[in-house]
Amino acid sequence: MTTPISNPLALIAELTHRCPLHCVYCSNPLELQARANELSTEIWSRVFREASSYGVLQADFTGGEPLARPDLVELVRAARAAGLYVSLITSGMPLDEARLNALVEAGLDHMQLSFQAAREDLANEICGTKAYAQKLRVLDWLKRHRVALTLNFVIHRRNIDQIEEMLALAESSSATRVEFANVQYYGWAFANREHLLPAREQLTRSVDLLKHAEERLRGKIRVEFVVSDYYAKFPKACMGGWGRKLMLITPSGDALPCHAAQIIPGLKFENVKERSLREIWERSEAFQKFRGENWMQEPCRSCDRREQDFGGCRCQAFLLAGDAAATDPVCSLAPQRSKVDAILAEINPLAATENSGKPDWLYRPNPA
Amino acid sequence: MTPDPNSYPRLAPGCRLGENNQQRVLLMPERALRLNGPSLEIVSRCDGKHTVKEIIGELQKIYSQALPERVEQDILGYLGLLHDQRALDFT
Repeated sequence: MTTPISNPLALIAELTHRCPLHCVYCSNPLELQARANELSTEIWSRVFREASSYGVLQADFTGGEPLARPDLVELVRAARAAGLYVSLITSGMPLDEARLNALVEAGLDHMQLSFQAAREDLANEICGTKAYAQKLRVLDWLKRHRVALTLNFVIHRRNIDQIEEMLALAESSSATRVEFANVQYYGWAFANREHLLPAREQLTRSVDLLKHAEERLRGKIRVEFVVSDYYAKFPKACMGGWGRKLMLITPSGDALPCHAAQIIPGLKFENVKERSLREIWERSEAFQKFRGENWMQEPCRSCDRREQDFGGCRCQAFLLAGDAAATDPVCSLAPQRSKVDAILAEINPLAATENSGKPDWLYRPNPA
Repeated sequence: MTPDPNSYPRLAPGCRLGENNQQRVLLMPERALRLNGPSLEIVSRCDGKHTVKEIIGELQKIYSQALPERVEQDILGYLGLLHDQRALDFT
């Protein structure tokens, strides 16, 4: 196929893997990058200029915790000066009001503040630290700024029954958008899956609630939710398709097609210190590997949905089927769907009866 | 929702016009909308200084070959859509 490759639309900038929180579903890889390997302010600024001139519209600053970078205000300014729309995906700590003012003045467009639950005890349990009170302070400061605010809740078995309280928190804030994203099972979340995966009944109830909330809050708050794909009939269009829309840069400068791509054996990643974004996007082996349809196996290859979901998630195919080119096993048409059904069958009785005891979590540590 | 003709639409916090490769876009959290012709004419007037009624009047002049009622309906529909996306506030 000779379809021209269109440019990426968003750059996910993982500025650091350092983080004061230790969330049990962190999307960072199990092997975290040390501070000594992080890209400098100058290199990031050059990457933002390259991205913008290549057609990228948005930069999502994430981590770890981006606030752990002492040069964050400078990085926001550099990305704005390059012409990008700047989102900060953050836990809200460490942050004080003066630094928030500086970020907004530097041109921050959008802040996505994460909450681990709607109640302090559970929130602190999930992130392994006392972060909840600080988050409420940040919410309060944000009322005085013209910046878009999204509240983000990562949903799992332990907090899925707090959705009404989460909505109330969003309504009491200046948020124009609220995200309920069920945990996706990679990295730390994969390791903690048996304690995180909700029961089917819990999921069904939450979807009903959120559909009502979406209607009720229309024009006030945009409600978005992502269900757990283990319960879905068809897989998610992971990253909007491999190498189609998004490019992720790790703290040390490796360019990845998605957060978890490093788990796929044999993939080689180029680094922004050595190659331009355009070269990496258009020619690197890693971005070509699962782009388009030629790599697909049956049933994807002849499936009508292949341009909607692109065969689902490559990392999940590797994790669950042992083959990154297989149909995502969460798909009801996948030859390996029985593996997902077996996991659900094992977890559902557990999830339905378990009560408030604190599970034996594997917490994400902080890198050097 | 259908906007009140006497209200003043303005871009919500974190929503702004941008440009890339000569394409004007409306940038907002996690999303960007391409703006062409009429949509660009509408959004560039959502500055808190034009009422909905004034925007309709100005576009009816620009697109004088189109049916005025049609122009009005299209604008109200588009403003309602942007409001649902939380790209607009009305004051």
